[in-house]
Amino acid sequence: MPYQQDCTVLNLQALNSHTYELLLEAGGIAEEARPGQFVNVSCGEGRLLRRPISICETSAMQLRLVFEVRGAGTEWLSRRDIDDQVSVLGPLGRGFDAEDKRVLFIGGGIGVPPLLWAAEGAEHADAALGFARADRVILADDFSRVCTRALIATDDGSMGVHGTAMDAANRLLAEHTYDLICACGPKPLLKAAAEAAAKAGIPCQVSMEERMGCGVGACLVCAVPLRDKNGQVYYGHVCKDGPVFFAQEVVFDD
Amino acid sequence: MTDLHVELAGVTLKNPIVVASGTYGFGREYGQFYDLSKLGAICVKGLTLQRREGNPPPRIAETPAGILNSVGLQNPGVDEFIAKELPFLRQYDVKVIVNISGNTPEEYGQMCEKLSEAGVDLIEVNISCPNVKAGGLAYGTRPELAAEVTAVAKAHATAPVMVKLSPNVTDIVTIAKAVEDAGADALSLINTLLGMRIDLRTRRPVLKNNMGGLSGPAVFPVAVRMVYQVRQATRLPILGMGGVASGRDAAELMMAGADAVAVGTACFADAYAPVRTRDELARYLEENDLNARELTNTVRPW
Repeated sequence: MPYQQDCTVLNLQALNSHTYELLLEAGGIAEEARPGQFVNVSCGEGRLLRRPISICETSAMQLRLVFEVRGAGTEWLSRRDIDDQVSVLGPLGRGFDAEDKRVLFIGGGIGVPPLLWAAEGAEHADAALGFARADRVILADDFSRVCTRALIATDDGSMGVHGTAMDAANRLLAEHTYDLICACGPKPLLKAAAEAAAKAGIPCQVSMEERMGCGVGACLVCAVPLRDKNGQVYYGHVCKDGPVFFAQEVVFDD
Repeated sequence: MTDLHVELAGVTLKNPIVVASGTYGFGREYGQFYDLSKLGAICVKGLTLQRREGNPPPRIAETPAGILNSVGLQNPGVDEFIAKELPFLRQYDVKVIVNISGNTPEEYGQMCEKLSEAGVDLIEVNISCPNVKAGGLAYGTRPELAAEVTAVAKAHATAPVMVKLSPNVTDIVTIAKAVEDAGADALSLINTLLGMRIDLRTRRPVLKNNMGGLSGPAVFPVAVRMVYQVRQATRLPILGMGGVASGRDAAELMMAGADAVAVGTACFADAYAPVRTRDELARYLEENDLNARELTNTVRPW
């Protein structure tokens, strides 16, 4: 069940030039959250829409959010002070189903944070994480802690594998077997992860993104094209039916 | 305790606060946060005769004090609503208003028959959706077409018929009068104002549909003006809406001429907006020693 509640900022720190980690006292929201779910956060007076931010981790009634500054709303959020109050709606949506499985996590950029908590719950977790450059790498230590193998890839080769998260993932897939792939990041990466999973004959869960309104499934704006059992294409909604979907449901080429 | 009940086209609402079509689904989602019986009425997501998938995303853009949307009437169709959603809503002590859109006057008629038979409390005839090609806005901007749809709806409905007017017209009074003459039982206004945003980097409109409907506090003064104009020109009861986000807004719109007030976009910022608006309005009425019906049309124009 979701709650709308004013949460106290416990800590806020910059992870790099435009990514921030926010720790909130979140009571019931943190207690009920599951890996892969998100919260919808108010980002200042005059901004009508809340900003959907994936949950990175929770512990002891605390919510750990990692977000990128993309516009005026997230810029406002990045300037909060400790003890400030922030209105949070959540937990929302459907998360990953990685528990008790051997899972390969594939993340790109700001798609990396929601994978961390799911990796903690997996029976065995490997990760392939892609970033633009070495100075954009986030959460590397966290993934090293919870994963057996955590490979970093950078587009310019300044750290780890020279290439995308998928190039790193392909190295792991060549040598190891998994029950499931969980992916979050840009759409081309999700599509590539889905194809790799299909080739390996295992299911794939992808976390999708779309411009969102209410966050709870009432306004129907965050449409995502899905395919039903009969192959019929229809619009589901990221906030309520997702953000995590089984890849075979998703129409990537819309 | 302040008497909050109001009448809308012969339907008694226990308080004047309604939730606006398209912002509240069929009540299930916000029903997780509070008892839906706290509302005067729920106006459900706009229905069509057949299921509709709606427009491609992105369907929303933020604007100064508002949003643009281009959902395009995504809905499961009127039969699915009657079978799966209406029984859920009937568990609550809340009036059910059903918003309908048709491609032809006949489709409006068919839906009115089905919904009257299903026992809905009030039918809101949408002749003002800016996001669909056929029907929708075309009916709402031409008085003779608005009158035709109204007459067909009335001929097929046993439930009272409320017609939802578009603000995207030169003279809303002409449309309101045409609809009144055609037999409407009530009016609701305003629907969204047609708008557009462009992404400076890509030079693409933010909405995949290019244009969409503006709602939120940005449109509130337009709503006050149009409710006032329509109230001066017709005798029909009015469900006022457009950017209402507080009890003070609701009181202002009632003063301008609304009998009841719908809260819509405000829910996205605050899930409790309709209940908070009701409580704030109740406090205002109590402080001014009024019941809810005594506020309507009490503006003192210069």
